[in-house]
Amino acid sequence: MNAPLTLAAAVPTLPDPSAAPAAIPAPARSIIRFERVAKTFPARSGHAAVHALSDITLDVPEGAILGVIGRSGAGKSTLIRLVNGLEKPSGGRVLVDDVDIGALDEAALRKERRSIGMIFQHFNLLARRTAFDNVALPLEIAGVPRAEIKARVEPLLDLVGLSDKRDRYPAELSGGQKQRVGIARALATRPRVLLSDEATSALDPETTEQILALLRRVNAELNLTVLLITHEMAVIKAVADKVAVIDGGRIVEDGATYEVFARPRHPTTRSFLAALTAKSLPRRVAEQLSAEPRDGRDQAVLRIVFTGQHAQDPVLSRVSRLLSVDVNIIQAQVDEIAGTPFGVIVVSVPGDAPTLSAVINAVERLNLTAEVLGYV
Amino acid sequence: MFDITFGLLPPTIVDLIIDATQQTLYMVAVSGALGTLIGLPLGVFLATSRAGELFAAPWLNQSLGLVVNAARSTPFIILVVAIIPFTRLVAGTSIGTSAAIVPLTVAAAPFIARLIEAAIREVDQGLVEAARAMGASPIQIVAKVLLPEALPAITLALTLAAVSLLGYSAMVGAVGGGGLGDLGIRFGYQRFMPEVMAAVVLVLILLVQAVQTLGDRLARRLDKRSRG
Repeated sequence: MNAPLTLAAAVPTLPDPSAAPAAIPAPARSIIRFERVAKTFPARSGHAAVHALSDITLDVPEGAILGVIGRSGAGKSTLIRLVNGLEKPSGGRVLVDDVDIGALDEAALRKERRSIGMIFQHFNLLARRTAFDNVALPLEIAGVPRAEIKARVEPLLDLVGLSDKRDRYPAELSGGQKQRVGIARALATRPRVLLSDEATSALDPETTEQILALLRRVNAELNLTVLLITHEMAVIKAVADKVAVIDGGRIVEDGATYEVFARPRHPTTRSFLAALTAKSLPRRVAEQLSAEPRDGRDQAVLRIVFTGQHAQDPVLSRVSRLLSVDVNIIQAQVDEIAGTPFGVIVVSVPGDAPTLSAVINAVERLNLTAEVLGYV
Repeated sequence: MFDITFGLLPPTIVDLIIDATQQTLYMVAVSGALGTLIGLPLGVFLATSRAGELFAAPWLNQSLGLVVNAARSTPFIILVVAIIPFTRLVAGTSIGTSAAIVPLTVAAAPFIARLIEAAIREVDQGLVEAARAMGASPIQIVAKVLLPEALPAITLALTLAAVSLLGYSAMVGAVGGGGLGDLGIRFGYQRFMPEVMAAVVLVLILLVQAVQTLGDRLARRLDKRSRG
């Protein structure tokens, strides 16, 4: 089996990630900006005050898709709700298009919200309105005349591929179709920003892919900035140009998605990536994988990411020769993030502590990252 | 005229039953309509005015809640006599079918308010959040989201209220309100005419069946949740 060679052959033209900024156009104006934002929910009877967010500083460049990933309770829902003023920051500022959202009065905030679309995990469609009437709702609210509403809703239903379902009620639509209605509704007032609150978490993988592709499309065609929150690394990988990892109410890591995938620095990021890799492992390995070594004879499963010029190096054979350890390849694949390919290889090596740390050291000396996914 | 009772009841009694049915329907319809007129906005307010809600006014919410509870815990027959001065003020008299509408309305309004409150609270809060995110004002949220989405539940609530009013209306005989209940008591019970009592009960059963069936059907037609 010569997977490393195949892998190297598949990615020979990789740009070095450290040189990646050259490929990114001049820094775009940031359309959403968090400036040292904090959010504390005051104490209530029997509950202590909750510090949902602390010291959040984050920029979403115009036209970008930025994904915020975190576990439930990490504060990501609060974060996204600060952007359209459903929550007010207790410290710092949230700017959308240079407007300080927290400082607006109710009337001004309502007006501002029309330029910020939002889609939801559970779609939040009105059960007693047809697809057409659901998309029309934000326009009715904005006081758009009837005739114009019709002229604007139909192209939107077209855009999301639901022209033939215009008179259907949500109960007659599949989950994916409901989210398409949700997206059309969010776009009705021609917003500059789209907020996506776990929009694919209630959908199956295939439908998720379709919805993410649609988000990509509206992002590109309408130059719409997208801020999405998710707990799935696969979603980030599929659509996000940039990613911020949130844990315990703080952003622990952020950057270009490619960078973060290739060189995760924070343990939380690493565990999200490990979970993503583990999902695609052969079932035989995945079933046996345990977080801790059980005895000295365990094999450690490592995830090694190949980027840049190292993609061509015979890293594994070098490590194997250098340390005289057996390196078994479990899986090798070329992955792609935001159009840039990078290689991921999963190997098993002897799991005793000295050998394992020697292998990791050797890999890291070659400027690659290696993480332990578990033991088999 | 064709005798629908097949000779079981004398024609004079049949006429009495027809009159009483009309009185009952009149009292229930008018007090139901007036009760809804008062109870609907009250119910919407109760459902949207706790702390952190659309029209947050926790103090007023609690006070109104107390008044509603007090009105609902007063036995109807006591309410009828207790508010006679008020009835006289509103209707000009405290006796008769039209006067009976006053206590019926006073009893129906808080009952309907609580039913409406429950129906509105059933609406998914996610829809309210979505509407807020669209830039809807609290009034728009009530008009375009809460009331339309709760309409099937509101229909069932008003059906229940109408059936309850049919029962209440039997008690207004105490103030000369007339109606089926009054007829049943005066003829069926006090004059020992069990056949009149049976006829009255039968008509009431038919009325309740009709109202409930109609309400159920309408609610089902309005409900778009259970298709395929």
